[in-house]
Amino acid sequence: MREGARAPAGPARPDGRVWALHLGVLGLLALLQAVLPPFHHGMVTRIMLLAAFAAGYNLLLGYTGLMSLGHALLFAAGLYAAGLGVYYGQLAPLPALGAGVAAGLAAAALVGAVALRTTGVAFLIVTLMVAQVGFLTTLHFNRITGGDQGLTLTGRLRPLALGPWHLDLALPAVKYNLALAVLAAGLLLSLWVVRSPLGRVLRAVRENEERVRLLGYDPFRYKLLALVLSGGLAGAAGAGYALLFAYVGSAFADVLYSILPLLWVLVGGAGTTLGPLVGTALMVYVVDVASGLTTAYLFVVGGTLLLLVLWFPQGIVGTARARWWPWLP
Amino acid sequence: MVAVAALTPLLETVGLTKRFDGLAAVQGVDFSLTPGEIRALIGPNGAGKTTLLGLICGRLAPTAGRIRFRGRDITDLEAHARVALGIAYTFQVTSVFRTMTVFDNVVLAAQRRWARGWRAALAADGRAVREEAARVLEGVGLTAGWDRPAGALPYGHQRLLEVAMALAADPILLALDEPTQGLAEEEIALLTDLLRRLAGRLTILLVEHNMAVVLELARRVTVMHEGRILAEGSPPEIETNPEVQRVYLGAA
Repeated sequence: MREGARAPAGPARPDGRVWALHLGVLGLLALLQAVLPPFHHGMVTRIMLLAAFAAGYNLLLGYTGLMSLGHALLFAAGLYAAGLGVYYGQLAPLPALGAGVAAGLAAAALVGAVALRTTGVAFLIVTLMVAQVGFLTTLHFNRITGGDQGLTLTGRLRPLALGPWHLDLALPAVKYNLALAVLAAGLLLSLWVVRSPLGRVLRAVRENEERVRLLGYDPFRYKLLALVLSGGLAGAAGAGYALLFAYVGSAFADVLYSILPLLWVLVGGAGTTLGPLVGTALMVYVVDVASGLTTAYLFVVGGTLLLLVLWFPQGIVGTARARWWPWLP
Repeated sequence: MVAVAALTPLLETVGLTKRFDGLAAVQGVDFSLTPGEIRALIGPNGAGKTTLLGLICGRLAPTAGRIRFRGRDITDLEAHARVALGIAYTFQVTSVFRTMTVFDNVVLAAQRRWARGWRAALAADGRAVREEAARVLEGVGLTAGWDRPAGALPYGHQRLLEVAMALAADPILLALDEPTQGLAEEEIALLTDLLRRLAGRLTILLVEHNMAVVLELARRVTVMHEGRILAEGSPPEIETNPEVQRVYLGAA
């Protein structure tokens, strides 16, 4: 206050550069849709949704230091909330998306209330168990959920009402931009959180929880908050998936969808805002190319992972930050 | 208000006891601090000094006894809630956030007073928080290297950073567990000078082995031995106390 005219104290932060980079990436993705051939147009649509899921996972793993194996439950909560809402309740797309976010938030709060009483490996196991309960629930109530056969939403999807426009969700361009919007929400939320006082507490929790408590912060509340934000993004991505691909099924609640975001985040760089997008894009394409070449495509995936661990021990963006661009958030 | 504060102890423990698997680390301790004083807590290794500090700041839950701070019973309050009441603590083992910058460590400690509620927690750092962090860092003599990771600082500077983090919480009671351990002579002088300047504005409870520091700072000294308070008095009284001499010479 005394020195109100002075620039804020302490080391400067490269705000402009960071926002320009993130908005630039989103702008580039927006432009890309004009030139992508149909196949890649669809791939990038899927990648953007899944990257939003990964961005949420990264808030928990990368910035708070909590490794969950239960995120399939949060993704599926959003998927089913939107999908069943459309199937049985004739929900319009935007309310369905909202229902998905709400379901993701609620499921994460539930998981947190149980699993955050543990730490480390126990947290991993408990989240895995809770998510398996969710998976089995989708199978058990197969008369409602369609079980592993799933439900097709085709023909039941109402147009996306945006002001005067009514956009058909079957159109690739509508899908692409809806996925882009979900990704933008994930990316900008991540950036906002990690550069806020909240993000500073989360990073401190990752490093030394006991010390954080002795600075006056309740670690449980902050871990729960990170998990709930993570669940909101997972729910949004799940709901987007149901709407864009007009299908819900219990495969999305299976443990594979808990492992995938972990994999994407580690490949791209845990604790970097852009890592989840980079990791998701790379791995989705590697799986696609490899499964076109051989039925044993998991060997190729495994080989790729080995090389990445050798060359980019902190993930692609994490290693780039450590070696070249320390200002990356 | 001032008169009442002067009469009421800032901190008071009654029959405070902590047992670990039957071993009593702290046993029936009645202890009190007057507002504004610097109190040294000394004793041989294993006397229960760190345990007593842990009970006061809430890292440990007592087996028996009560703790009152400014007249309020805080025995059942968790450590983070005690910080909000004005109790700050520095660890015996340096535990700064090594991957975060020096400046961020102090901002983290300071921002709690500003970043309440959703909007404040998600907004960018306010000017006031950064000014406060800068002021505290300069106060402890850390005037450079603010954007280095805290883990890259020399050990002595990490100890000073630890004290800066405690001060940034704007405490009423500052509990320091061996703050001069591992510091060079000039760093000890700097820290002693800082603590002397803080005296009166806040109350300091100091666990310390360096007797020169104790004698220079504390008006009263409490001696612990085997979990109990053995003696309490002015430094000359403690130095000439035969019980204290027996414990220290016996231990040596």
